[in-house]
Amino acid sequence: MLDEVILLDAYFSMFGMRVRIALAEKGVEYEYREQNLLNKGQYLLEMNPIHKKIPVLIHNGKPICESLIIVEYIDEVWKNNPLLPSDPYQRAQARFWADFIDKKVNDAGKRIWYMKGEQQQAAKEEFIEALQLLETELGDKPYFGGDKFGFVDLALIPFYCWFHAYETFGNFSTEEHCPKLIEWAERCEKIESVSKSLACPIKVYEFVLILKKKYGVK
Amino acid sequence: MAEVKVFGAWGSPFSKRVEMGLKLKGVEYEYIEEDLKNKSTLLLKYNPVHKKIPVLVHNGKPISESLVILEYIDEAWEGPNILPKDPYERAKARFWAKFIDEKCVPPMWKACWSIGEEREKAKEEASEALKFLENEINGQKFFGGDTIGLVDIAANFIGYWFPITEEIVGLELMTQDKYPNLSKWAYEYCNCSFVKENLPPNDKLVEIFKGIIQAQPASN
Repeated sequence: MLDEVILLDAYFSMFGMRVRIALAEKGVEYEYREQNLLNKGQYLLEMNPIHKKIPVLIHNGKPICESLIIVEYIDEVWKNNPLLPSDPYQRAQARFWADFIDKKVNDAGKRIWYMKGEQQQAAKEEFIEALQLLETELGDKPYFGGDKFGFVDLALIPFYCWFHAYETFGNFSTEEHCPKLIEWAERCEKIESVSKSLACPIKVYEFVLILKKKYGVK
Repeated sequence: MAEVKVFGAWGSPFSKRVEMGLKLKGVEYEYIEEDLKNKSTLLLKYNPVHKKIPVLVHNGKPISESLVILEYIDEAWEGPNILPKDPYERAKARFWAKFIDEKCVPPMWKACWSIGEEREKAKEEASEALKFLENEINGQKFFGGDTIGLVDIAANFIGYWFPITEEIVGLELMTQDKYPNLSKWAYEYCNCSFVKENLPPNDKLVEIFKGIIQAQPASN
């Protein structure tokens, strides 16, 4: 039976990018459907009635939501080129750091462009602190996964195309604070699944300008 | 011989999740009670990033975050499954466990301990979230089917801690009228022998919660 794989996504979403990278890493053919997040379609609302968010992967009619859950699903269904390590302890560490990225990098990043003054400053500090912790975790390895691009790399790299926007609005340089992490990001960008999945940083910046206008953030 | 330690706090639902997971697999472990107001150097060494309990240490290697720990327990030891085997069912279980932690527990807890507009807002959020869980359990004995699984273990706060707290603070959120399925699940859950043995004593929790009320400002 031929697999039907549909991805409901939005170009600028880091969470969507994670799924695009995972599908590309596995060589899975799928139908990409760009969603209008300001005017959500009926199909999206049916497939994700609880959160009403993208990304949603629909595999043979069955929806899976939440980017890291989708990636684990992809890894379990398509067993070639594993994204998670095989050792249970290494898997636990990978899940821990992916969860850390969701809790610490994402939230602080958003507050950098959304807030001003003291709150923005606090967000910048938290953001840099989180990246520095990740940089320490990376150590001398080429990737978080070791010799090979893996789950944690995939969880973090989509944020890299948002750095330009964060840095411009927050007036700081990530390279100054985390040079090794930037080296890691540039290494990841050379991977085909990553380079074809990430949004253009300039376009992301322009998108954030639109968001700021929409939310009345100066 | 495998060495398993759990750093926990007796009243914490997150801590109990880990113990439940280990007991389900029949794994023997050493339990270390942490004073959360005076965290041990060992805990801070094992969880330098979040500095929180629970932490599972297996042969000297630490794992943090209760849901991550539960998946580890399921993979490291044989025995009854915590997660289903089918990838789609696993994705669903992970989805609901995450939903409980992000959308249910925070507003439910806030609804208990806040006042005025904040409380009303939290109650609304919690009610909405519980509605989804109510639909999901839909007549099954447990979220895991006939036996308890990841989602049931994750929902321990909803099944045990919350009803106790609700009663003490005078909140009427998770009523049988509004949530018949969830109420039935909570009853089955708290009365199944396995879970019963692994819950903190009701009277001790009541004491702690009453203490929190007394410590609050008089405007409550």
